[in-house]
Amino acid sequence: MSKHIVIDPITRIEGHLRIEAVIDDNNTIVDAYSSSTMFRGIEEILKGRDPRDCGLLAMRICGVCTGTHYQRSIEAVEHAFGVTIPKNARLVRNLIQGALYVHDHVVHFYHLHALDWVDITKALEADPAKAVAEAQKWASVAGVAAWGDSESAYKAVQERLTKFVKQGRLGPFAKGYWGNKHYKLTPEQNLVAVSHYLEALDLQRDAAKMQAIFGGKNPHPQSIVVGGVTCVQDIQNPARIALFKNLLLKFRDFIKRAYLPDVYMAGTMYADEALDGTGGGLKNYLSYGDFRLDDTEFYKSALLFPSGIVVGGDISKVIPLDQGKIAEDVTHSWYEGAKPLHPYDGQTIPNYTGFGKKEGGIAYLDTEKKYSWIKSPIYDDTRMEVGPLARMVIGVAAKDERITKYVTNFLTRGKLPTSVLFSTVGRTAARAIETELMADVMVEWTDELAANVAAGDLSTWTEFDFNTVSKSAKGYGMAEAPRGALGHWVRIEEGKVANYQAIVPSTWNAGPRDYKGRMGAYESSLIGTKVADPEQPLEILRTIHSFDPCIACAVHLVDTKGRELGVYKVDSVCAI
Amino acid sequence: MAERREAFKMLFSANSAKVETNKGDAYYDRLFQQCRARLDELKASQPLQAIDFHEILSDEGYDRREFMKWASAATAMLMLPPMFTPLVAEAAELMTRVPVIWLELQDCAGNSEALLRSDGPKIDEILLDIISLEFHETLMAAAGHQADAQLEDAMHAFKGKYLLFVEGAIPMGMEGQYGTIGASGETFHEHLVRVAADAAAVVAVGSCATYGGIPAAAPNPTEAVGVMDVLKGKPIINIPACPANPANMVGVILHFVLTGQVPELDSLLRPKFAFGYRIHDNCERRAHFDAGEFVEEWGDEGAKNNFCLYKMGCKGPMTFNNCSIVRYNEGVNWPIGVGRGCIGCSEPDFWDKYAYERPMSDANIKAPTGGVEKTVDQFGLGVLTATAVGIGIHAAASAVAGKKSDEGEAQ
Repeated sequence: MSKHIVIDPITRIEGHLRIEAVIDDNNTIVDAYSSSTMFRGIEEILKGRDPRDCGLLAMRICGVCTGTHYQRSIEAVEHAFGVTIPKNARLVRNLIQGALYVHDHVVHFYHLHALDWVDITKALEADPAKAVAEAQKWASVAGVAAWGDSESAYKAVQERLTKFVKQGRLGPFAKGYWGNKHYKLTPEQNLVAVSHYLEALDLQRDAAKMQAIFGGKNPHPQSIVVGGVTCVQDIQNPARIALFKNLLLKFRDFIKRAYLPDVYMAGTMYADEALDGTGGGLKNYLSYGDFRLDDTEFYKSALLFPSGIVVGGDISKVIPLDQGKIAEDVTHSWYEGAKPLHPYDGQTIPNYTGFGKKEGGIAYLDTEKKYSWIKSPIYDDTRMEVGPLARMVIGVAAKDERITKYVTNFLTRGKLPTSVLFSTVGRTAARAIETELMADVMVEWTDELAANVAAGDLSTWTEFDFNTVSKSAKGYGMAEAPRGALGHWVRIEEGKVANYQAIVPSTWNAGPRDYKGRMGAYESSLIGTKVADPEQPLEILRTIHSFDPCIACAVHLVDTKGRELGVYKVDSVCAI
Repeated sequence: MAERREAFKMLFSANSAKVETNKGDAYYDRLFQQCRARLDELKASQPLQAIDFHEILSDEGYDRREFMKWASAATAMLMLPPMFTPLVAEAAELMTRVPVIWLELQDCAGNSEALLRSDGPKIDEILLDIISLEFHETLMAAAGHQADAQLEDAMHAFKGKYLLFVEGAIPMGMEGQYGTIGASGETFHEHLVRVAADAAAVVAVGSCATYGGIPAAAPNPTEAVGVMDVLKGKPIINIPACPANPANMVGVILHFVLTGQVPELDSLLRPKFAFGYRIHDNCERRAHFDAGEFVEEWGDEGAKNNFCLYKMGCKGPMTFNNCSIVRYNEGVNWPIGVGRGCIGCSEPDFWDKYAYERPMSDANIKAPTGGVEKTVDQFGLGVLTATAVGIGIHAAASAVAGKKSDEGEAQ
């Protein structure tokens, strides 16, 4: 007798996500459905506006990967106008994006994901002296000295937590799946991880500050404009660049001496799941490529992350990316449509049909029909996973020297086979590998910026004649967000936006089934996973969180018919 | 920090202040007694957390002197005279007595992210020691029905006492079904109404929750609205901006703990302590505006010399907020600092009225203040006009809000 599990809300993510899973008698997941339950319609809002203003609005697609939509939107317009930005602008944008990557990945690991691996209540039983040894053990695997972890520091954290737990109200930690037998860390390991959770909570403010130095604020920076950046006074002030670098070095230290060792610790303790490929899912990976390394025009420059496709986990070859092969399907999404269409041709007719049956106060998704505000993107008629794992896999497959070095180093130090990457644990590890790489390369970019400014180049903006270039133009900003491939497509007529579309990382990953009944990355990754306690679907959270869901982004890809949506009525069965 | 403290103090006594900062001894004596009674009452109440605040402070390496400095800055930020500093310090120690439930509706999590950047107090203190944060989807451990149960528990245990923070707009189109939450598929609107029913007060945080924000921008495809448009019969405090400044979030909680009341609000329900001034009043580039020195194009000589951004579309002259004092990310920068003008994100409908990179004079829509709509060649005249009109409108708004808040305090 199968059981149907409904998890709504999925917490510790951005946005509103519901997961439904069907488990068999052995508590193994045999079916899974991913649904987004919120819609805003930002593309419709962008239509008719001045293309120079789109970035500020499009950025509000997300407050977490903040600034990444901003830059993609500005780049789409620059691509349309044929504008190439100056070197300083490229470096500043790389640094703003880089700061976002390291910030986002660290916050994701500790604050959105760690509680799937770490039982904070177990940390209370730990011996602080042994915790020091434990932290050193994993730091040595990573080849570094442990992050400022002393017995007294662990003791202080433990006492603080004990007081917190003793008062009986756990606040944000209440009703976690504490004590679940699928938590595998020792008390000392839990204490190390919880200590770093708190440290990271404090330190992430520094990473946000880095973004604010050249971006004005975080979230939602404000210094990127079509043609360049506005922060000329911040780059010409050596103290600002020095402050940026100091914050970066301090944060990089935490990444190398706490984050990476903690990933080794968790990865080793959960190695069984990694080795048997739990959560691996589609094994088809896509990256648009990102971080321009020279000042040639768009899509012609060298990239930090190469673009491409890897299919079936076969890293022996990379298929070159052809954006013309991207299509979106709406068979199981709350829109009308007969066949998958390229975003430029995407005709979207909303068709909200609500939930299906309702029993015992629970509304179930109508999975045979339509069940999500997210569409199902397809590349060359194949479902794809995007994200840090895709970037690392494609980097290795493309034989990119830098990426291969970081991935190989990580696996060698951890004595891990490459195959562990194709799993939930691997997805989490790939994000950590990328964070270290990014922190290192950002130091180089910071120095490059300082040197360029010192050499007398203060150029931050490329002039263009708006009235001429905006008559009729179209372009795209296709690059990477921390969560994966992100594309903004814009068509401009007579100085106004005629059409605007965005396909975001979580659209690729969280999309429902397609016209052939094939699953998306979230759904596929859950199949075959055993849930120890269906009342506490910890394993489901662990795998879904490994993608770093960002759902508010994912539901904007459609250009709706706006107010016409109001005429669609929901099934009476779920009208409340 | 020290600079910002001083800045707050200057703000309190600045000539440009359009807020009635000195209401006379009798008023403050009465308020002082009120706050004293409120704090005594809170102290006598059952603590939510058995935590010794002083111990936490010493654990965190703060000494009493540091803490009192913070309290003095916070007092200034709340626009209270120095005699309130000891009470503000006491209130900070009692902040755990006020539970917070935080809902995310039609949002981008930007305000939650902003809360994570809070530095006074820091976020780890907020989570563990200072505020009793009972429910927050982005941060909480529980998911699914356990998350629902946590919300139910908190609503029940703190009935009538909790502050409800709301992030995100409320889509009203299609019977509210553009957003559902929880296993039962409750709409955002139903969810908000239910959780707000037993709240002591509701704090709409960010521009989406206050005025509908980005989803409500034209053509507003989902008929999104702000909290004040759908909740009736509850005290509502708006903290607009995109995102709201965490200093203002903490300020509102502190004020509530101190007085048991919502702070004095303007006609848009914004606390005057934070929204009593225009960006322009305290802008670091103001002198260049007065001198007629403008950035004329991105990256030009004016930009290199921090000239005024008005001609590049800065909406600071018609935007009420304290960014120019508080700044962002521990004061490290702010939009005007980074050479990009203010987009007016704490004003209603700013996406349609202000958020573009050209001056008001080039816009189709005029500023509600009367605008700096004269051509920039006439900037002197334009400024005088705009300032006068701005003061007039704001004074009227303050008078209305002042009346409301007087009524509130009399109860």
